[in-house]
Formats: sequence, C-alpha cells, structure tokens
Amino acid sequence: MELLSWGDRGWGDELFRATLMTLAVAALAFLIGLVFGTAGAAAKLSRWRVARAAADGYTTVLRGVPDLLVIYLFYFGGSSVLMTIASMFGHTGFIGVDAFTTGAIAIAIINGAYSTEVIRGAVLAVPKGEIEAARAVGMSDALLFRRIMIPQVLRFALPGLGNVWQLALKETALISVTGLVEIMRQSTIASGSTKKPFTFFAAAAVLYLILTTLSTWGFQRAETWSARGVRRA
Amino acid sequence: MDLPFLWNTARELIAGVPLMFQLVSLSLALGLVLATLVALVRLSPWPVLSGVAYGYVYVFRGTPLLVQVFLIYYGLGQFEWIRESFLWIFLRQPYWCAILALTLNTGAYGSEIIRGGLQAVPWGQVEAGRACGMSGWLLFRRITLPIAVRQALPAYGNEMILMVKATSLASIITMLEITGIAQRLISQTYRAIEILLVAGAIYLLINFLLTRAVKALEHWLSPHLRDAPAPVLPNAALVH
Repeated sequence: MELLSWGDRGWGDELFRATLMTLAVAALAFLIGLVFGTAGAAAKLSRWRVARAAADGYTTVLRGVPDLLVIYLFYFGGSSVLMTIASMFGHTGFIGVDAFTTGAIAIAIINGAYSTEVIRGAVLAVPKGEIEAARAVGMSDALLFRRIMIPQVLRFALPGLGNVWQLALKETALISVTGLVEIMRQSTIASGSTKKPFTFFAAAAVLYLILTTLSTWGFQRAETWSARGVRRA
Repeated sequence: MDLPFLWNTARELIAGVPLMFQLVSLSLALGLVLATLVALVRLSPWPVLSGVAYGYVYVFRGTPLLVQVFLIYYGLGQFEWIRESFLWIFLRQPYWCAILALTLNTGAYGSEIIRGGLQAVPWGQVEAGRACGMSGWLLFRRITLPIAVRQALPAYGNEMILMVKATSLASIITMLEITGIAQRLISQTYRAIEILLVAGAIYLLINFLLTRAVKALEHWLSPHLRDAPAPVLPNAALVH
C-alpha cells in the first residue's frame, strides 16, 4: 500500500497526474469528435450524394479498423507527413509529433465516427410534425435550427454520447503505446521500477472504474436534467 | 504508388490472419459459454450470486481491455503461488493470456447482450409454451432460447466485430497477428503509412465478411419476417 502513497516514496501523486492526463486527452478527443460527428451527421443527411458517400466511407472505415491501428497511423503517419513537408523546404531528419496531439486527434477521429451515428439518429428522432409546425409559424431555417432542432437533438443524443464518452475514456489507454504518460503508461513505468505489476495495473483498473462510474453518474444527471420538461409515460 | 511493395506487405500480413482467427474464434466460443452462464446467474433469484455476476460485468466493462491484458500477462506473475502452480504453463504464454483476457472481456459484454435477449422474450410465448405442457429445460430449449438468440444476434454481431478489432491488442504482448506483423514490417522498412493502410484494409475486409455472415444468419433465423414464397402451382387454374 505504501507503493501507492503520495510523495517521493509512493506513486500516488504520479498516478493522480496521469489520471488528469487521461481526462484531458479524453475530453479533448471527445469534443473534437463531436465536431467531426456533427459534420459527419450533416453530410449523411445532406442532399449531395458525394457528401453522403464520403461520410458513409468515414464511418465504415473508422468503425471497421482497430483503434490501435488508427493510433499507429497518426503516430507514425503524422511525423512522416511533417517530414515530407519539411524536406520540401530542405529540412532533413526526424520530426516527431507530440504524443498528446496525435493521441487526441486519433481518438477524436475514431469517436467522430461513432458520434456521427448518434447525432444522425438524434436528428432523425425529432418529430416531423414539429418541423412542419415551426415552418407553419414562419420560422426561418436558422431559427428552426436553434429553437426546435438543437434543444431536442441534444436531448436525444445524450445517452448515445454518454457511451461515446466512455469509449473515449477507455481508448485513451491505447495512447500509452505512443509514450504519453497517462494512467496506463504511468502504471507500466511504476510496475517496471517496483516489479509489482499486478499492484499497479490493478490500481490503473480502479482509476478507470472511478472515471467510468463518475461519468455514468454525471450523464445520468444530465439526462434527468435535460428531460425535466418531458412528461413521462 | 509502389504496387509490388503493397502486394508483398499484404502477403506478409495475411500470414497473421490464422492467428487472429484463432484468437477471435476461441475467445468468442469460450466467451459465449461464460456470457450465457453469467447472464443466467444475473437473472437468477439469488442476490449474492447475481451481485457477483454484476460486479464482474461492471469491472470488465468499466476498464480498458489493455488494462485487463496487462493485468493478466504482466500482473499475475507477481504472485509466487501462481508461478508455482500448474496454471503457469498457460499464463506465461502470451497466447493464452490474450485468449483469457479476450474471453473475460467478451464474456462481460456478451452477458449483457444475452440478458437483454432473454428478457425481451415475450411473456405470451412462454405462457403458450406452458399451456402446451412444456416446462423447465424443454421450455427453455424450445421457446426461450431460440427467440432470445434471434433477438440478441444483431448486438452480438457488433460484439464479434469488436472482438476482431480487439485482437490487435495481442500485438502489444508480442503476438504476431496482423498488427504485430505490421509493427515488425514498420521497424524493418520505415514505411509506416503504406503498411498500416494495407493492415487496415485487411481488417476492414474481415469485418465486412463477418457482417455479411451475421446478416445471412439473421435472415436464416427469421423466416417469419420474410415474404411468403410465391406458390408454385403449375396448374393453379385447375384447382379452382
């Protein structure tokens, strides 16, 4: 237990900082993923066949390929692309992209694919009659979007987005392969130097459980709050 | 585009497909048995047992698979008594550690899918079975199970795809399946993007075939949802 204590002797403070890192990557990835998801949903529901096909390809590929592969692609690929650009300007040698950015973007793109489906479903769940009613009272596209669509789409999407957030949290563990010191990487380092792998990976598991449990609770609160104006059957 | 290189890469990566297939099929098969048991225990009237089952599902769904893999592969060796027991023959091999982690993981997710399928069996069907004099195992085998399987299949298909993707984590504990071979090739050739794209295409193809297979199975299991076949009566006019 001393191993997990705070300060110089234990790994408690390191693990705590690593937990904050996990949260930071997951939150950033989730938010960027929402942007991708909104764009993807808009494309899937758009009139243009090209946009629909592109969004279809995006969700199919990103959901059909292992997350680890996507993370590797960004980790290795990000620096290759940068190096190609740099060599055009006469710079040679290795350029690395930092693990935080690569990890956040890779997970954001994977999560965006899941968010796309969640948001698309939520948009389709808005009753047609409400849109007709809004048009009938003369709302413009922008007003309809703001007053009718957004409040309901957010409410309908909330449970699904909760799942996407849980996925983001758990996917951050994979970023440890790129060397970012989040929970997983920190526990690997700690178990390497103390020769107590079970202790530290169990600690990591507990930290993840705390994060997922708090998230479940938080999203449940948010759902109750968002449904406060809805009559229950 | 360097087609010969891509072709060679594809051939080397495909050599990892059998191992991936083993990992997926073995852990799905074992996981399905585990999932069914856990689902039945969770629905059982004994609070302690169902609490334990819930705890298992909660822990395995709430932590990343990588933590589970590491706990089993690196973690278990911390204990002297495990290293001295017969279990160590299996647990020191990355292959069995990967299978164990994947089985426990899919067992947790699968049990929720099966529980959902079992709970969604319409009560009327069970009642009808009882009315015909079925009970216990016969009722379960003839009425509850077939309906539950059919209802759980779409969600279980998703779980199968997740498992195919999850096998890539076995590469982190030195297994040379598709991702593992891709990593080795990258360190040999430094042509990461091309190799990873080929690897991604292989996974995509496997998952595509898998979704098709699940769809076909669903179709086969749902004759009641299909259109009735057109009557084949060569001299139908004579009947009337």
